Amino acid sequence: MNLYQLTIHEAHELLKKKEISSVELTTAVFERIESVEDKVRAYITLVKDKAMADAEAADELIKQGRATSVTGIPLAIKDNLCTKGIQTTCGSRILEDFVPIYDSTVVAKLKQARAVILGKTNLDEFAMGSSNEHSAFRPTHNPWDLTRIPGGSSGGSAAATVSDACLAALGTDTGGSIRQPCSHCGVVGLKPTYGRVSRYGLIAFASSFDQAGPITKDVTDCALLMNEICGYDPLDSTSVSRTAPDYTEALQSGLDGLVAGIPKEYYVEGLDQDVAKAVDDAINVLKGLGLTIKDVSLPHTDYAVATYYIIAPAEASSNLARYDGVKYGLRDATSNDLMEMYQNTRSKGFGPEVQRRIIIGTYALTAGYYDAYYKKASQVRTLIMEDFKQVFETCDVLLAPVTPSPAFKLGEKLDDPLSMYLSDIFTLPASLAGIPGISVPCGFSGKGLPIGLQVLGKHFSEEKLIQVAYNLEQATDYKSKKPQL
Amino acid sequence: MRIAKEEIVHVGELARLHLDDAAVDLYTKQLGDVLTYMETLNHLDTAGITPTSQAISVNNVFRDDVVRESVSAESALTNAPESSDGSFIVPKVIK
Repeated sequence: MNLYQLTIHEAHELLKKKEISSVELTTAVFERIESVEDKVRAYITLVKDKAMADAEAADELIKQGRATSVTGIPLAIKDNLCTKGIQTTCGSRILEDFVPIYDSTVVAKLKQARAVILGKTNLDEFAMGSSNEHSAFRPTHNPWDLTRIPGGSSGGSAAATVSDACLAALGTDTGGSIRQPCSHCGVVGLKPTYGRVSRYGLIAFASSFDQAGPITKDVTDCALLMNEICGYDPLDSTSVSRTAPDYTEALQSGLDGLVAGIPKEYYVEGLDQDVAKAVDDAINVLKGLGLTIKDVSLPHTDYAVATYYIIAPAEASSNLARYDGVKYGLRDATSNDLMEMYQNTRSKGFGPEVQRRIIIGTYALTAGYYDAYYKKASQVRTLIMEDFKQVFETCDVLLAPVTPSPAFKLGEKLDDPLSMYLSDIFTLPASLAGIPGISVPCGFSGKGLPIGLQVLGKHFSEEKLIQVAYNLEQATDYKSKKPQL
Repeated sequence: MRIAKEEIVHVGELARLHLDDAAVDLYTKQLGDVLTYMETLNHLDTAGITPTSQAISVNNVFRDDVVRESVSAESALTNAPESSDGSFIVPKVIK
């Protein structure tokens, strides 16, 4: 086995026993990046020199017997999470040369544990997209089939993880941006409960949704990374002051006594046959392991796309007002006055999807339309939350597909924004309700493309999602299959 | 729902985006499609439903007003497109 193929927990054991060093491990991962990056294009920025210095420092700590689970582990960071001194572009021309003067809290926590940061991964511009094609720089390719999308917006992080171009990564999820690419790439991705993980230094897209979370090769690593990044942060006043459990404890439990709901609205016409079968098979495996299955209904599911694509762009139009060419980012130098400078800077700096969402959001907030769109959607959001509240009175978790189909072709939906938005149907409801969701590999399509199972739970029940996902992973062997690159 | 081109131009001005004719045409069509889809929400009676703006209810967060170290003016200006004498420089505002 090559070192770059290791998971976090496998590498940690070897580091602790001093059978390998972080420098060797990091070197091996950079060699892997060099051999696959031309095809996959998962990274926007690589920081090899910094990473090697970090690896040396980590080795020193390991020598002293002070290694924690991520010390010396090479990780990739989605490029909308601020990294002090490392360019953070958000996949946008407007931030192409932006070098943050502070670390996002999640990155600060990883640095404090002496993890090694390899670089910054590609994303749809400002995390707005489901395919990574809206990156201002280049699309990332799905390692299982290079003609297909890796999913988005954390497509770079998911593709890097499955192609062994990092041991694990951080992503962010606003409407499915961790779960969907993880399903399409065949890795594990968890969107935590809103407020579980600090948003400080996560470049804002839609502030009532955005959450950072782990993207990993297996469920054990997911639990380990959650332990590292969770917790209250005085710098994010929406982070929740509530003690996080040790998520690795969830890896010890079976499924007896747990009840899973199957929401019938997620098994509708249009669901790809291969996806339906893989999810069904997973449900049967879990049933065989002692999980109690019951049919439930989330009657407002169909309204999630319309609701989300009003509220999230509305929040985005307000958040992105800060890009005015004054304090940081691009400025159009040809303009003669302030207003012209604003308009030219923003029109040149933002790509078409970002402009489209700013326009939708601004329209939905305009006097005269506010009640019909923004207020209406915010009321439907309440109904969607109540659906979940009701089913979680009798269920511990819900099981559902992550996406209606396996990864689609690059270019397939690029000219039809509505059809792209509709592909988010199964991830959006949980985002609107702020509940946690995990995507765990549950099979492959006839064409050999990975398919994920989505496990949802009530607020702050991440350990139950990890428990169910871990049991499925241990009973199947999907994680041993790797893309041929 | 059909949306008039003038409305797209107006919204573009509000959002400080300069839209050329091709962009106005494209967004008029695409936004029209999207808004038509949004009309599905009108099938729901939401009278009396409290809107949700935050999925997890949090209270106001207060802290003591204590002087702490913060970002220096120098480092705050490091990403500025143009700066001078500790200030951000912008194009002429008053003509």
